[in-house]
Amino acid sequence: MKTVYERPKVLTDEYMKYCGGCGHGIINKLIAEIIEEENLAEKAIMIWPIGCSVYADRYFNVDSVCALHGRAPATGTGIKRALEDNLVVVYQGDGDMVSEGMAEIMHAGIRGEKFTVVFVNNAIYGMTGGQMAPTTLMEQKTSTSPQGRSADNAGFPVNMAEIIGSLHGCHYSERVAVNSPANIRKTKEAIRKAFKYQLDGKGLSFVEIVSPCPTGWGVSPVKALDWIGETVLNQYPLGVFKAPKEGE
Amino acid sequence: MAEKVFMQGNEAFAESAIRSGCKYFFGYPITPSSELPEYYAKKAPTEDLVFVQAETEVSAFNMIAGVAATGKRAMTATSGPGFSLGCEAMSYMAAAGLPAVVVDVMRPGPADGDILAAQGDYFQIVKGGGHGDYYTIVLAPYSVQEMSDFGRLSFELAEKYRNPVVVASDGMLSKMMENVELPEKIEVENNFDWAITGAKGREHNVITTCALGPEQWEQFNLDLQAKFNLIQENEQRWEEFQTEDADVIIVAYGSVARIALTAIKIARENGIKVGMIRPITLWPFPKKAFDKYPDKDYFVVELSAGQMVEDVKLSVKDKERVEFYGRLGGISPTPQELFEKMKELYTK
Repeated sequence: MKTVYERPKVLTDEYMKYCGGCGHGIINKLIAEIIEEENLAEKAIMIWPIGCSVYADRYFNVDSVCALHGRAPATGTGIKRALEDNLVVVYQGDGDMVSEGMAEIMHAGIRGEKFTVVFVNNAIYGMTGGQMAPTTLMEQKTSTSPQGRSADNAGFPVNMAEIIGSLHGCHYSERVAVNSPANIRKTKEAIRKAFKYQLDGKGLSFVEIVSPCPTGWGVSPVKALDWIGETVLNQYPLGVFKAPKEGE
Repeated sequence: MAEKVFMQGNEAFAESAIRSGCKYFFGYPITPSSELPEYYAKKAPTEDLVFVQAETEVSAFNMIAGVAATGKRAMTATSGPGFSLGCEAMSYMAAAGLPAVVVDVMRPGPADGDILAAQGDYFQIVKGGGHGDYYTIVLAPYSVQEMSDFGRLSFELAEKYRNPVVVASDGMLSKMMENVELPEKIEVENNFDWAITGAKGREHNVITTCALGPEQWEQFNLDLQAKFNLIQENEQRWEEFQTEDADVIIVAYGSVARIALTAIKIARENGIKVGMIRPITLWPFPKKAFDKYPDKDYFVVELSAGQMVEDVKLSVKDKERVEFYGRLGGISPTPQELFEKMKELYTK
């Protein structure tokens, strides 16, 4: 029989502990596939955050560090400065990055750190049980915004791909989503491009991925995908917000 | 041959660290520590160093954690308010086994305080500071020569035990200039089997401090404690001055120990036999030093309201024979002042 698909060898045999319908499993797998396809397993260093992907070091056969909450871009700065030729991937969720670690990601962008950031935005705190994040949509109900997010109390959602893309130190910033097979393919190509820019020695490469959290959102996995297409992408439009000019 | 120069405490530490193979410095400016980052920034182009001015101490401490994870030598320097911010990462580095070095130039707090010499951060540095059951090795220099010496020793101890090391300086020690013999320059090529370097020709390495469950995490903590016990057994360091015939033993560290040396001379000229135990490691605290002299009076002097004195009381047979004198707010006592206090306490 002809093998048409195999589990990437970059992934361990460990059972992924993500909830049903969660986007992290898809995104982890895409990263593993690219590392394998581009033959980067010996060079890759994954830096994991505090959040639902906190155990992801157990899923990957590459060197990994689990950073403190929000600090992965600072830890990544140390590692990439020490190991300039390696592929350093900082993986963060929206609570980790946009709340606890806003200073760290902003200044990694300001300095133009030469690593890749994979930012998984599901508009909620997953691991701690569905609390409001800075990325939570207006009127969205969470356990700490039970009446829905109000501007009066909690301000407005934060569009990271646009903000990071506006920094001179950022080389590439794109927002993608994993809500459909076509978008998953685009997500993979965006991450691949970000890795390539890093290996070419360019500044920060940033990929924001809008991702479903059916458990946190309190809906079925299919409904979660629908909600991304119908609602979430209105706040977080897909697109490239920073791209190298020709010859860069 | 080693080279003798006239140098400031902060700069002597930086030069020694550079000569000891520490090529990475990440820091945030704060008085009275700023000559350390400035020295690295100045030397970076010619000495092949990496200097990054971090946005916060929170980041600086996490950056050195990152470099330490790769097995290379990295350091930062700060003072109390910045060390408070770094304590999260100190807890992390102690748990993750990351051998970075932090110079903490103590100044008077609490909060913003002032910028002169103080020792009110003893509890913070020596008792952990961050969350969880952990310790960092703490070296307390008392001269510019020791600032230089500990620029090498701190990295050796950090790597030997895979634990962060704090060098507890103060606003006087860091700012003063003295003759110092600098160490010879060495190249350091660490090849630790635990380091994060890319999984080339070996199994992949993981550095994490996340529990997989209470049983696993209790064992992790027990292993950590076993390491701390080993450090306590092996690394207690202190220096004694005229202790053998002394009736009263001063206990002081850092710049206060320098002042105490003159106070001892004055006291002896006036018929009070005084000596000194000077802790060089604040953690592990040199308990063994006190075992030798169970029947003497102890006079603890600190630039604090009384912090190390608690460890002295835990180390002696009779805590009723431990007296304390401290100055606060950035004021250091004079030798005469210490003598007068001893006269009051120990002569009838």
